[in-house]
Amino acid sequence: MAVVIKIPNVLRAQADGQASIAVEGTTVGEVFNQLVAQYPGLRGNLLDDAGGLHKFVNVYKDDDDIRYLDGLDTKVADGDVLSILPAVAGG
Amino acid sequence: MFTRPTLRLTGAQHATIVGNCYDGLPDEACGLLLGPLDDRGEPTGVISEARPARNADASARTYTVDPRDMLAAMRAAEARGHEIVGVWHSHTHTDAYPSPTDVRQAVDPAWFYVIVSLRDQAPVLRSYRIRNGEIAETAVELRSSTRGQ
Repeated sequence: MAVVIKIPNVLRAQADGQASIAVEGTTVGEVFNQLVAQYPGLRGNLLDDAGGLHKFVNVYKDDDDIRYLDGLDTKVADGDVLSILPAVAGG
Repeated sequence: MFTRPTLRLTGAQHATIVGNCYDGLPDEACGLLLGPLDDRGEPTGVISEARPARNADASARTYTVDPRDMLAAMRAAEARGHEIVGVWHSHTHTDAYPSPTDVRQAVDPAWFYVIVSLRDQAPVLRSYRIRNGEIAETAVELRSSTRGQ
């Protein structure tokens, strides 16, 4: 099952310049593991040391924040779009 | 290299940004800048849309662009073949200069970080690039609002 991952511009250098990448998997975690296996430079931007979702990244499955679904255990299906959004903040 | 393209806003975009900052008082306000990239993947400096966003912090001291507005902006940019190329926020009582928090949390070295100070009677809008803790001011030019580039 292919899921499309949208990569923000700031991370594309770690993904061969691609804006979107199709990856197989049945959960967000599986999809991300596949993604970082292909593009190891993305790991530190997406996942923390414990393998959880990095706190400065938001991930949306279609219109829903996966933190309000099941996090990395959120199920994904063929054709779903995962959007990676850097957290934009300051003071 | 720390390039410093000129940020080119239309008068209407400038008014949108400054108006959004006043509307947000007493809290900090924020929004996203959309625009095209050049052949090297760098923002050209032309802004196609200035999109106000919700400050998820609802705070007078900090801002976080509501991720739902970030997602909508990303989609709007993509629909016209553009990217998110910057963010603005207000400083309600301090200079239009990046705070240590702004520098620490800057996500993209290619972005324009626009800060609007509302401290004085007249608003002050300035733009910066922030990379690895370094701050470089970029020029801001007001351009006519003709469509296209």
